[in-house]
Amino acid sequence: MKVELRNIHKSFGPVHANNGITLDVPAGTIQGILGENGAGKSTLMKILSGFIREDEGEILLDGKVARIDTPSDAIKFGIGMLHQDPLDFLPMRVIDNFIIGADGGLFPNKKQAQNEFLELQSQFNFNIDPDAHVDSLTVGERQQLEILRLLWLGARVLILDEPTTGISSSQRQKLFATLKILAEQGKTLFFVSHKLEEVEGLCHRIAVFRQGEVVGEVQPPYTTDDLVRMMFGKEVKLGEKEKIAGEQAVIQFKQVTVEDSRMRIANINLDIFPGEVIGLAGMAGSGQRQFLKACCGLLKPVAGKVTLHGKDLTGKPYHNYLGSGVAYVPASRLEEGLVEGLTLNEHFILAEDQEGFFINRDKFRDITRERIKEFNIKGRPGSPVESLSGGNQQRALLALMKTPLKFLLIEHPTRGLDVESAIYIWGKLKERCRQGTSIVFISADLEEVLHYSDRVLVFFGGKVSEPLDARTTTVDQLGQLIGGKGFKA
Amino acid sequence: MEKSKSQWIEFAFRVGAVILAILFTTLVLIVAKAPPLKAFNEIIKGSIGSPVKLADVLVAFVPLLLVTSGLLFTFTAGLYNLGIEGQIILGAIFTTWIYRLLMDTALPPAVIIIAGFVAGAIGGALWAALVGALKTFGGVNEIFGGLGLNFVATALIIWLIFGPWKQPGIGSMSGTKPFPETIWLPMVEGFRLSWWSVGLAMAGIVLVYVLLKGTYFGLKLKAVGKNFHASFILGIPHTRFMMVSFMLCGAFAGLAGATQVIGVYHRLIPSISSGYGFLGLLVAMLINYQALLAIPVALFFAALNIGSIQLPIVLKLDSALSGVLQGSLVLFVVLMEGVRQRFMKKETGKDGE
Repeated sequence: MKVELRNIHKSFGPVHANNGITLDVPAGTIQGILGENGAGKSTLMKILSGFIREDEGEILLDGKVARIDTPSDAIKFGIGMLHQDPLDFLPMRVIDNFIIGADGGLFPNKKQAQNEFLELQSQFNFNIDPDAHVDSLTVGERQQLEILRLLWLGARVLILDEPTTGISSSQRQKLFATLKILAEQGKTLFFVSHKLEEVEGLCHRIAVFRQGEVVGEVQPPYTTDDLVRMMFGKEVKLGEKEKIAGEQAVIQFKQVTVEDSRMRIANINLDIFPGEVIGLAGMAGSGQRQFLKACCGLLKPVAGKVTLHGKDLTGKPYHNYLGSGVAYVPASRLEEGLVEGLTLNEHFILAEDQEGFFINRDKFRDITRERIKEFNIKGRPGSPVESLSGGNQQRALLALMKTPLKFLLIEHPTRGLDVESAIYIWGKLKERCRQGTSIVFISADLEEVLHYSDRVLVFFGGKVSEPLDARTTTVDQLGQLIGGKGFKA
Repeated sequence: MEKSKSQWIEFAFRVGAVILAILFTTLVLIVAKAPPLKAFNEIIKGSIGSPVKLADVLVAFVPLLLVTSGLLFTFTAGLYNLGIEGQIILGAIFTTWIYRLLMDTALPPAVIIIAGFVAGAIGGALWAALVGALKTFGGVNEIFGGLGLNFVATALIIWLIFGPWKQPGIGSMSGTKPFPETIWLPMVEGFRLSWWSVGLAMAGIVLVYVLLKGTYFGLKLKAVGKNFHASFILGIPHTRFMMVSFMLCGAFAGLAGATQVIGVYHRLIPSISSGYGFLGLLVAMLINYQALLAIPVALFFAALNIGSIQLPIVLKLDSALSGVLQGSLVLFVVLMEGVRQRFMKKETGKDGE
């Protein structure tokens, strides 16, 4: 289906998120949508898929004006959106998820739906058991299920919002193969990403967004430097790698074994030095999250010993770790990290140590203003955190961390952030390292892991590699380990 | 500028809700073949028509305000303390218990009265702690735990009145033997009202306002209520805060029970809670965390309650009419709040990034 966007405008308060966007996408095209956070990509995609209404402008589908008010309107027009986090129902079965958006009357014909499901998935070499529960699938498989569901509902336009976040590289290859097949079938695909190599490798054409406008439309062959320049309006270089780690180990893990309902990770031995950065790599659900939680007492080790500055913290509860200078930054910002309904100011009050019984509001107004400025958060002290954009929420989370800290644990420090913000965040983190804070972080971005870590631990199915020196490890080697090659049985 | 505009809109929606609730109640009256204007007139006359009526409104206002003050803690912590009725009852029971122990001693009346209030607060707090413990340690939802314990409390009070604490001779629904007048709260001459209990209730709501608005305790409680998972990660011991909010709420409910015993009935009666617990839930929902609003709203609800007492006699209407008006008021305010949010969202397009 041919999609034409004509002069789309959308403002949120003072922010002009889409400022007169015009874009024509012929059928059978994989259209790349590239841009940093807040460039207006998501807003445009939400307009196209009916989540929000444009203020001005029109959408033409195959030459006819279409008025899309809701997501269900969108799917009737044949537009389906694949969200960054799959919108599925975890406790339900695959097949129930598959038919849930369809008009099937009171008693849906599951048998027929199941056959159609199997037939559809064979086209793309997917291998999902229709009777499995969704929570047993990987993020990649859930994404596949979502694609199948949208196609079954008659989607001829698919919007993919950062689809490669959190999936393995083999699943990414499969996804890309699928997208190519769909394009050959004449489907129109919008591929939204800020990852240059993905967009370059996959898309037939690229539209670069900056500050709510399309600043360039490019066709292959692409030049990376040009794309970066268009995205940011300038060139961006990663900071130099530096080694700051001290000599005397701060945190020691001796023969630590952690386990939860899903897996058991046995005999972890690790000494972490002051100022050192340890990256944890591995496919989602390989045990790195359990290890990180064990580092701050959210998961009690079943065996072994954890010491911080010689103090035995094994089996102590989370708040003892907090009291000893350990901090934990969770991945899910609005579920675990921030309190929806509280303002930025209130968050800073809560994050600092309590002084007295009554809150000194004036003092905290200043602290909040300072941090907002320092961390470049786009928001006011009185803004509720849920009104901030994802990247600003992430910056707020990091700004909440106390100073000084001995040990900082972070899940996905720069997920969903554009390159520039990521560099900025890491600059802040490295500043802490220079003050002696050790950092352990999880990331799915191998470049990030290798660039910012001193040492890397790779997790695979509950097994842990020896610590690897990040300077002498390549992305390929890391990729192989993540895929399970090189682990002792 | 912009803020005051949205505040005006909010106010307008509130007023609209009140008008809708009155219209709805009028409709109910018409369906019940009763003259609406006359009924409303009776309610007004019945609540502010004479000094005695006004005093009765204040008598109802005190327990209602105390209960609402307590519920502000649990609502802020994101908890639905439906066990509030049982907590009032246990407060009244503890007060009566202490009174029975101390009434024949040589202690000065003021000490006995204070002991009675303290005992009531402790009784309510302990009964609420049971709900809290069931929730935090036993995984029993506080709504079910609270409602279950309400039945237990009712059974307990009936057993006490007809059993161990029965009047000399035979137990009766009229309650236990009245306490000597020396250990009543000082009453206003000729009324059932005591200014001391009004003062207690007002001090209570101001205390709650200050605690919730200006202290770390209040902010942490709010954080727990909005997202207990994140508050835990931020280092707030959320189970402890939930327990404390239950116990504070129970203490206020217990104080309400104590004022009923010490300042109104001067004995324990089976219906000592008089439904003020559930009515307090309505008030707390209506004021939407704005503590100081509790004063006018509780006063209004008390007036409706007292005003409708005359309805069965004068108009052959059930006095539940005040309940219809109170209930529909809450429903319409909550409904209009939902409408307002949709309306505002459309205007500012707040739902995106």
